[in-house]
Amino acid sequence: MNLMLPDTGLLFWMTVIFLIVLFILAKFGFPMITGMVDKRNKRINDSLEAARIAEEAIATLQQEQERIIAETRSEQSRLMQEAAAERDRMIAQAQDQARAEAQKIMDDARVRINEEKEAAMKEIRNEVAQISLAIAEKVVRKDLSDDAAQKQLVDKLLEEIEG
Amino acid sequence: MRWLKYIALLAAVVLSMSAPVVCFADDDSSHASVPESEVDVAEILLGHTADGYGWHITNWKGKHITIPLPCIVYSSTGWHVFMSSKLEHGHHYEGLYIAEEGRYADKIVEIGPDGQEKRPFDISITKNVASLMITAILLIFIVLSVARWYRKHDATEEAPGGFTGLMEMMIMMVYDDIIKPSVGEKDYKKYAPYLLTAFFFIFLANLLGLVPFFPGGANVTGNIAVTMVLALFTFFAINLFGNKHYWKEILWPDVPMFLKFPIPIMQTIELFGVISKPFSLMVRLFANIMAGHMMVLGLVSVIFVTVKLGPVINGSMTVIAMLFGLVINALELLVAFIQAYVFTMLSAVFIGMSRSDGH
Repeated sequence: MNLMLPDTGLLFWMTVIFLIVLFILAKFGFPMITGMVDKRNKRINDSLEAARIAEEAIATLQQEQERIIAETRSEQSRLMQEAAAERDRMIAQAQDQARAEAQKIMDDARVRINEEKEAAMKEIRNEVAQISLAIAEKVVRKDLSDDAAQKQLVDKLLEEIEG
Repeated sequence: MRWLKYIALLAAVVLSMSAPVVCFADDDSSHASVPESEVDVAEILLGHTADGYGWHITNWKGKHITIPLPCIVYSSTGWHVFMSSKLEHGHHYEGLYIAEEGRYADKIVEIGPDGQEKRPFDISITKNVASLMITAILLIFIVLSVARWYRKHDATEEAPGGFTGLMEMMIMMVYDDIIKPSVGEKDYKKYAPYLLTAFFFIFLANLLGLVPFFPGGANVTGNIAVTMVLALFTFFAINLFGNKHYWKEILWPDVPMFLKFPIPIMQTIELFGVISKPFSLMVRLFANIMAGHMMVLGLVSVIFVTVKLGPVINGSMTVIAMLFGLVINALELLVAFIQAYVFTMLSAVFIGMSRSDGH
């Protein structure tokens, strides 16, 4: 029994069996498995890469968002300031207008008052003249003979009236 | 040190189990009419590690229980195909018989015209061949069932679990950690099927060799013929596809002229290297597995050798042999993997060297 001497029959069968196993597994076994696992590894790597890109995009979007929010804030405050200024301006304008209107009404009223006063004065004068005439008539009827007396009387009457 | 408790428990169990055996053995030797023959350890060791025409399972009530296997022999009288049971106990069949001793001990021989024992062309399905076939069928079944999962599922969408997941892990371990770095990125895909087949064939054969009963138990990878074929496959994988640079390194290396011409010193050394690489693969696998089997068998033989020394020594030696046997078996489990790993890695490295473009 020689341990180190390979047996012909076993050599033959080992070669045949191993060739068959190798053929079957190399054709239908291992390339299928390793290929699919490689494919999956590739997909996992791709997915990780895609996730990284998406994360970057999200970070960019977030920055953009923050920028837009800040912009909106400043725009808002600017608009508020503008609106306040406009409001103040409008109020001032309205006040001015109101003041001018009031002035005009006052002026008109003053003019009308003066006119009314003039008219009233004129009427009073007429009235006075008529009254004077009436007085004069009475006076004339009483003492028409004396000129000096007449004149004296008229003045006296006038004084009385005006006084 | 919780495991100390378990070892103590195990020792107790082994002791209690061995006690009746010891008593029985003791009984047997005192009452037996025929004195027990000496236990021939060398015979046990070599007999259990050697190939055989039948598959010996056990002895039952003094009878050998053996699975007969077909013998296929081409002798001087032509082809003979018969079951090995025809040759049991020294029977002759069609002029063929199993030699008792001599150069062809335990092999089928015929008597030549000169009266000498002559070895015919013998491709019998021996115990090792049957075990090889079982290994091959099991391996094909396992790998194809794993491959079927990938055919039925979209592997880019889901990962396998359970046994398929385990196999994927092992296959990718060999593929990514041994083959890819050793052969090189350039053409590892071409050699991967062979290297993967070699790895799993050796690993499975090693594991089956550790199982002590029928489907396993043959010393397949501890047989020089099997490892020789594996080493030859690697030899061809290295040398048939070696590139220009590889052959230049062997036939015309960059050394001073007097070392390669007119006396080809370097060439001789390099050619020796070409042969010794697969030779070392062959011997390493064979010797490691053979040694493992021998150690386990030797430790088990201790039990039978010490029967004569009385129940106390026999009992204690049984416990010791069982504990050592357990440790060695656990070690063999590791060796089964390591040897498959080493064979594959060295094959991959040698192939990678034959494909590299220089340094």
